[in-house]
Amino acid sequence: MMTLNCPWCGARPDNEFNCGGTSHIQRPALDCSDETWGDYLFGRTNPRGLHAERWRHTFGCGQWFNVLRDTVSHEIHAVYRMTDPKPQAAREILP
Amino acid sequence: MAVYPNMNELNTRSKYSAWNLFAAAPSHQDWAPAWRQAEPKPRYDAIIIGGGGHGLATAYYLAKNHGVTNVAVLEKAWIGGGNTGRNTTIVRSNYLYPQSARLYDFALKLYEGLSTELNFNIMLSQRGLITTAHSRHDLDNLSRWANAMLFNGIEAEILNAQQVRELAPRLNFSPNARYPILGGVIQRRAGTVRHDAVAWGYARGASALGVDIVQDCAVTGFIKQGNRVVGVQTTRGEIRADKVAMAVAGNSSQLAAMAGVRLPVTSYSLQAMVSESVKPVLDTVVLSPAVGTYWSQSDKGEIVFGGALDLVPSYAQRGSFAISQQVLAATAEMFPSFGRLRVLRQWAGTVDVVQDSSPIIGSTGVPGLYINCGWGTGGFKTIPVGGWTLAHLLATGKNHELAEPFQLERFHSGRLIDEAGAAGIAH
Repeated sequence: MMTLNCPWCGARPDNEFNCGGTSHIQRPALDCSDETWGDYLFGRTNPRGLHAERWRHTFGCGQWFNVLRDTVSHEIHAVYRMTDPKPQAAREILP
Repeated sequence: MAVYPNMNELNTRSKYSAWNLFAAAPSHQDWAPAWRQAEPKPRYDAIIIGGGGHGLATAYYLAKNHGVTNVAVLEKAWIGGGNTGRNTTIVRSNYLYPQSARLYDFALKLYEGLSTELNFNIMLSQRGLITTAHSRHDLDNLSRWANAMLFNGIEAEILNAQQVRELAPRLNFSPNARYPILGGVIQRRAGTVRHDAVAWGYARGASALGVDIVQDCAVTGFIKQGNRVVGVQTTRGEIRADKVAMAVAGNSSQLAAMAGVRLPVTSYSLQAMVSESVKPVLDTVVLSPAVGTYWSQSDKGEIVFGGALDLVPSYAQRGSFAISQQVLAATAEMFPSFGRLRVLRQWAGTVDVVQDSSPIIGSTGVPGLYINCGWGTGGFKTIPVGGWTLAHLLATGKNHELAEPFQLERFHSGRLIDEAGAAGIAH
């Protein structure tokens, strides 16, 4: 089973976690166009390769954190807290 | 590049019939190849990217319904080798909303006539699909679902526990069952289809009408004139076309991004597995939403079963052990006698999931570029209608009536068709 490193609990099997999807999505101004708002809600880069995403240790401490993971190999490149800046590798692939 | 032996003018027997089977050469070497191995031409009226079921069906209906035969299907590997070859072969139209019901039932109706239409046995077996209920709430929910289907003009029948037991006696009816079966609902027209035959049948039909099926030809970019897509760059050179359509399921985001289009799609792995072959033990499809797993038996005797998505974005084409374990545990619980079977193979396909679990069949917003995607976990059952409606759009420039509600604009207007509630499995 894939193992994830929870920043608080350490290495745990992946079925203790839920993936919350793409991280670092910024909400646009509330007076934006319908297109911008629709893209904010639904549009996704869906990269083939490195993906910065949110995970929650649902069946453990319940905390959210960020993971930088490869969507092809599933290799985890970084685990960082919700308030931490994106790692350099994530900055290169994300706007 | 695959090279097929015996491919010469002498191999001309192409119609599949009892007479031709009888009249064929002693070792059957005079059968024509099912489709031509085409070399890409520099220019086509329409290019379809993706040689899966949807792409091949689009090409077939373009030629058959609209007389547009200067068409190429570009496939990066071999036809039918993606999700068309990785699904659990189930067809059904037990959807909740009118727009979905119309679309999915049109696909099922086309499947019902497809073997004759294509002169290719797709082995449709309308063995019925039973959804089981394990609680009072399940029974209420299934009643609502069956009534919605009936309102949409699609046959559905509510079953009591005894009726379910008669249809699928190997289900766990023990008094100690963890998920007691209180009843169910059946769509009798649902069933299974031989998946490869759908790809091969459409390929053969399209090729016979003049469509070029080009394998080992990956699209690497789009050729644009101003804002308009006028062709594609491929690993086998540039190919121009008036219209380009994409039918690439889990790779839709990647391909569309090459044309500057951003989609509301996330790619996930959906896994399935088969057991070793056994004698006939299950002649319907059974689905239990409570355990999130469904089962059928193939003509070869394998028990074919699958479950929920791996809800982690992935292009890996392999499922996680966590979901395998969940599906196997559910199998041992619901069919105790299957607990002794050995698993022969386990695999996954990369599915294109959108937030409302409904497809996108229409324009991308970029002139000349069209898309068929977003079928998520339900692409196989909709191959005929995906092809039919996309072909209509490519040929006439207008959305097919069935595809009208399934436009990309709905993610801006908010007019979603949230079929997630009616999917067989809560993904």
